[in-house]
Amino acid sequence: MSSTDLKPGIDPNTMSIIVTKGTLDWAYPPFILATTAAAMGLEVTMFFTFYGLTLLKKDLDLEISSLGNPAMKMPMMGMHMGMPNIVSAIPGVDAAATAMMKNLIKKKGVASIPELRELAVEADVRLIACQMTLDLFEYSKDDMIEGIEIGGAATYIEVATQSHINLFI
Amino acid sequence: MADQVLDAKGLNCPLPILKAKKALKSLESGQVLEVLSTDPGSVADFSAFCRTTGNELVEQNEADGVYTYLIRKTA
Repeated sequence: MSSTDLKPGIDPNTMSIIVTKGTLDWAYPPFILATTAAAMGLEVTMFFTFYGLTLLKKDLDLEISSLGNPAMKMPMMGMHMGMPNIVSAIPGVDAAATAMMKNLIKKKGVASIPELRELAVEADVRLIACQMTLDLFEYSKDDMIEGIEIGGAATYIEVATQSHINLFI
Repeated sequence: MADQVLDAKGLNCPLPILKAKKALKSLESGQVLEVLSTDPGSVADFSAFCRTTGNELVEQNEADGVYTYLIRKTA
């Protein structure tokens, strides 16, 4: 028996993801992983907390910003270009960057976040909203899509103790 | 030869896999799904998908940037 063997009783085909970010770019990793894992037969739970909570809103209005993101260099005019931080401070620039990103996503045949979220719901991925974050940012359950659960840290920890793969995104 | 053809050309990860999964759901055990994809990442992905789900990757081809997968549904 090697040290990498599972603790007895944990089903290897289980995964949990703590989702902490709510920008358009960061919405992709958790939803892609969750939907793909579900398609491959895993039982998946997503726990949305802090800025991740916004990914459960009925009206998704995700944005990106190049501010403080030196790795964001977009294909433009035949090369990859970044934007100086000071430019992101100009009103309208983040909106333009978001529009450009959405265009690129559509052009490349990448799924939209609403589409991926719908696929997650269809695949019975368990979606849990952090109660504390709802209170903190003064959101109500009605702001969120149907079919989600509400829970706190202990709810997540219980899921994690029974999950083989636990990710923090 | 295929019982159903899924055209996933022009779609990027993870859509080819997700749509294939959906299509396989509607097939009976033993039936074959043909998937067309232009995503180069799908080569490794469909192998991994079949290994993990136990579906059989009957055949895999590539021509002019289009990858074709024949997947037989098991159980």
